[in-house]
Amino acid sequence: MNNVVEITEVSKSYEDVKALQEISFEVEKGELFGLIGPDGAGKTTLFRILTTLLVPDSGEAHVLGMDVVDDYRKIRPILGYMPGRFSLYQDLSVEENIRFFASVFGTTLEENYDIVKPIYQQLEPFKNRLAGALSGGMKQKLALSCALIHKPELLILDEPTTGVDAVSRKEFWEMLHLLKHQGITILASTPYMDEADQCDRVALMQNGKILKISTPDKIAQSFSSTLYGISSRHRFRLIQVLREYQHVKSVQPFGESVHYADQREYPDTEEILNYLNSHEIEDAKIQKIESNIEDTFMELMEQEESHA
Amino acid sequence: MPDVAIQTRDLTKKFGDFTAVNQISFEVRRGEIFGFLGANGAGKTTAIKMLTGLLSPTSGEGSVAGHDIYSESEAIKRKIGYMSQRFSLYDDLTVKENIRFYGGVYGLSRDILHDKYGEILEKVDLKNEMDSRVGSLPLGWKQKLAFSIALLHEPKIVFLDEPTGGVDPITRRQFWEMIYKASEDGVTVFVTTHYMDEAEYCDRVSIMVDGKIEALDSPVELKRSFSAKSIEEVFIELARGAENSDG
Repeated sequence: MNNVVEITEVSKSYEDVKALQEISFEVEKGELFGLIGPDGAGKTTLFRILTTLLVPDSGEAHVLGMDVVDDYRKIRPILGYMPGRFSLYQDLSVEENIRFFASVFGTTLEENYDIVKPIYQQLEPFKNRLAGALSGGMKQKLALSCALIHKPELLILDEPTTGVDAVSRKEFWEMLHLLKHQGITILASTPYMDEADQCDRVALMQNGKILKISTPDKIAQSFSSTLYGISSRHRFRLIQVLREYQHVKSVQPFGESVHYADQREYPDTEEILNYLNSHEIEDAKIQKIESNIEDTFMELMEQEESHA
Repeated sequence: MPDVAIQTRDLTKKFGDFTAVNQISFEVRRGEIFGFLGANGAGKTTAIKMLTGLLSPTSGEGSVAGHDIYSESEAIKRKIGYMSQRFSLYDDLTVKENIRFYGGVYGLSRDILHDKYGEILEKVDLKNEMDSRVGSLPLGWKQKLAFSIALLHEPKIVFLDEPTGGVDPITRRQFWEMIYKASEDGVTVFVTTHYMDEAEYCDRVSIMVDGKIEALDSPVELKRSFSAKSIEEVFIELARGAENSDG
C-alpha cells in the first residue's frame, strides 16, 4: 500500500454552505503534498475530516488504509496535526508543552528526541519561557515539535505559514524538507501560491472543489495561452486600456507588469503596442513570459465560474 | 495640501530600554503607493501607530497630511482612513448599516451618505447585498467593502494593514486595482503586506529590520541594487539574522 491518504468523493456541508464537493485525491508515502487555496476553499474542513474530528456527509477517506470514521481510534495515534490556530498551552513553558504532548501520546521527550532535535534544539535556550511569551516564529517551531513528538507517520499542517514573515516562512519550509527526508508524509495547506514550489504535488482548491492536481511545474505550464508581460509607468491606465482591446482574453496586474493573454493563436505584438500608443500609453514594453501557478489558478477559477 | 503626505525625521519609540522604532526618516509623496515591509517584530505596527496618532513618539519629528504627530493627532485622525485584516467591519451589521455607522463616526451628512451608498455598492458590486449581514459575505467582498468604507470620508491618506491576507488571487488583484484607482484620485496609500509579490505593485517600498529602515526605493531599483530577482530575495537578504525578528 503506497498511499498514506486516500480520499474518495468526500462532501461536507454546513447548513446551505457546501464546504466540500466530491473531493478525491491520494497522497503517496513520503510525499510533501500541498493544498493551495484562499480562505473558504474548504482546506480546514478537509483536514478536520482526515484528523477524525469531523464526519463527512458522504464519500470515504482512509489514512494508511484505515477508515476515518470507523477506525478513528487507530488513526489518531499515528497522526501529527498542527491546526491553524495555535494549539499550545500559553501558560505552560516550552519544555512543559512538549512534555505534555509526549505524555498524551504515551511517550517521552527523551525517547523521541532524535526526531524533534533539529527543530526543538533551536528552542532549548528558551525552554523555561512561557509559550505565550514566544514570538510567532518560535511558537510555530514549538507547535511543530509538539505535533512530531510521538513520531507520527503523517503530518497534517493547517496554514502553518499564514501571517508569518517571508524569512520565517522560508525557514519553516526548510524544516518540512528535513522531515520529508526522514520519511514522514506531509500534507500542508497554504493561501500563498508561491509556496506551491516547495511541494512535490499540489491540489488547487476553491469553493469546496479541487481545480487541479499535479506537480507545481506542470500546473504553472498548463496555462492555455501564450502569455505576455506588458509594462508601462501608466499602470492603472494600461489595465483599463488593455481590457478594451478587441483581441483581449485576459488582463491581470502582476506588480511591475501586467500579464496579458490574447484570443488569437499568434498575436501581433507590434499591433498591441500601436493600439496602446494610440491610447496615450507610449512607453509600453511587451515580452513573452512563462506562466506561473497564479496565472493558472486564476484561469481555472474563471472557467469554474463560467460553468457555475 | 502639500505634495508631501507623510514626513518623518529620526522618529523613535522606546518601550523601557527596548527601542521598537529607531530613528526612521522618510517621506511619502501625495498619491504615492508606499509599501511598508518588515519582519514580524521589526517595528512596523509601532511606526503605524505613531503615524495614525495612536501612540506618542519618544523623540524625532513627524507630520501626516500636514499635521504634527505630537500636537495634532486629532486632526490627523480626521484626515486618514484605516483598514486592517483583523478589524474593519461589524459582522453583525448589514452592508448598509456598516456604511451608515462609519458615515456617522466621520460626521457625514445624510445627503452625502446617500450618494456614497450608491457609489460604494457600484464599486464593489454589492447592489443585491445591501441588507445582508457583513459576516455572511465572502472574505474578498468584505475586504473590498472595508477599503471603500475606509475612503468614505475622502481621507488624504489611507493606511492598509495587511489588507489582502487569505484572499483569492483574482479578488486580490481587484483590490489592487481599487488601490491604483484611489492613487490616481490623489489619495496616498500606505500599505503593509506579507505577500512579497505585492510589494512590486507599490511605487516605492521600505524594508524595516530591528526598528530601522534598511532600504527604501522603487521595486525596480531595490532589485537592481541588491542584484535580486524579486523583492522577496531583497527582503530575505535584509531580514535574515535580524535580532528582533520572529525567527
